[in-house]
Amino acid sequence: MGRLLSHRLAVPLVIALLVVALSFAMPSNFYYRVAALVWISALAVIGLNLLMGYAGQVSLGHAGFFGIGAYAVAVLPAQFGLHPLVAALLGAFATAALAFLVGRPILRLKGHYLAVATLGFGILIAMTISNEAWLTGGPDGMPVERLTLFGWRVRGADTWYWITGGLLVIGAWIACNLVASPTGRALRALHDSEVAARVAGIDVARAKLTVFVISAVYASVAGSTLALLNGFVTPDKANFLHSIELVTMVVLGGMGSVLGSLAGAAILVVLPQVLTGFHDYEHMILGLIMMVIMIVLRAGIVPSLAALFKGRWKK
Amino acid sequence: MHSTEPLLRVEALRSAYGRIEALHGVSLSVAAGEIVALVGGNGAGKTTLLRTLSGVQPMTGGSLSFQGRDISRASPHARVAAGIAQVPEGRQIFAPLAIEDNLRLGAYLRKDAEIASDLERIYSLFPVLKERRRNPAGGLSGGQQQMLAIGRALMSRPTLLLLDEPSMGLAPVLVDQVFEIIQRLNREDGVTVFLVEQNAFAALSIATRGYVIETGEIAIEGKGSALLADERVREAYLGV
Repeated sequence: MGRLLSHRLAVPLVIALLVVALSFAMPSNFYYRVAALVWISALAVIGLNLLMGYAGQVSLGHAGFFGIGAYAVAVLPAQFGLHPLVAALLGAFATAALAFLVGRPILRLKGHYLAVATLGFGILIAMTISNEAWLTGGPDGMPVERLTLFGWRVRGADTWYWITGGLLVIGAWIACNLVASPTGRALRALHDSEVAARVAGIDVARAKLTVFVISAVYASVAGSTLALLNGFVTPDKANFLHSIELVTMVVLGGMGSVLGSLAGAAILVVLPQVLTGFHDYEHMILGLIMMVIMIVLRAGIVPSLAALFKGRWKK
Repeated sequence: MHSTEPLLRVEALRSAYGRIEALHGVSLSVAAGEIVALVGGNGAGKTTLLRTLSGVQPMTGGSLSFQGRDISRASPHARVAAGIAQVPEGRQIFAPLAIEDNLRLGAYLRKDAEIASDLERIYSLFPVLKERRRNPAGGLSGGQQQMLAIGRALMSRPTLLLLDEPSMGLAPVLVDQVFEIIQRLNREDGVTVFLVEQNAFAALSIATRGYVIETGEIAIEGKGSALLADERVREAYLGV
């Protein structure tokens, strides 16, 4: 019990320290911005990791939820004059409701079938966003009203660094608590053996649906935050490639690891920035690095390194 | 009839895998406090019957009642809540999870304050589990995993414990141990036990009553000791 309690706090604390420590090492606004992008991606990846790493279910449509969150803060203030925070909240609710409705039939499927069904669902959302140009600006995207809190206009990369960093810490804390709760234990159980989980009294369908809805809300909140940070939204954040990117971050960083989610997001956001100097070879090198990581650290970055260090200490 | 209403009543139960019917109308009953054994060969339908009782295998006909209530349509978790716990075939422990987490999962539906004391009770039954409670369950030996699976089922405080092949893959000395514990649970904690077994001798030796199942139908039934002495049973299942 003691170990679990400490784990619940340790991971969010480590992330909080990281956010604070990194802020001293930021040479320019550009770095603040990249870091904020990492925090936002990590938030979405933590959510997806709850679904993939703990419950063992895949989703290739999470960018769809991300897109709903992003477009909620773009469309609702523009059309109805709502405050962006209210819009983000409504977006999260709408995402939860949609995930609940879609999740019920979809989560009966397993493995590849589930992958294809979520893929189709994600594409559907992306196409809706692209096609309803009167509302969403279509493929060109649309501007997002600047966030104003109590008369204070939120601006500047450093401000967003702290806001997104704070959101990430809260997201990590909620995730760690969920994992350590009986619900989290039930999720890990059904990942391992559904029959045994069912005869232990776990309502497997409900447990899967719960985590699906929670992970969708993570994506939605991350989408809203990104839209507010950028001041502009385009449909490509809702499309298939972004879903794949999120899944890649989960696997690369480590399934079933909250810190791994951050590591995976950091690598896939930061590396392309670092590699721009290689021009034409950028994507080749990125792909190569990803392959090497997966071959050498096959359980993902954080779990593999953790196992390695544990082994060292025991010797 | 009211005074003798059994704890579990199974009537004309049918179950099928696709178009192939595995149970062709099985009727049996288990009274409170009994140990009832269901024995039979490979493919006779033992595991199917048990899975149908816990609800993980759909039934296609007949009826099931538990404590006088019809549970034919109840979901598996509702049956656990009602007091039926299954130790599934092949143990099905959660290998990557800690031993204690496995046990706590057995109490998933409980909210009461006595979970901790029940945990201690399981540890006193199976001391080896306590020693290694922080370790992943996958590292346990076959016999220890069987004990963990039984412990996990007990954590739901069942009225009726369903055991699927508790002796499978165990060394003879461990088989004796496991069956001794089953008897102890029945005697000391008042748990009613329904077990299916290929090891007919071990199962019938501890059973109050027994059923022999053959190709999806009950062939013989009687007292455990009577079945042990029955010519047909001896020939077919005891190899004498």
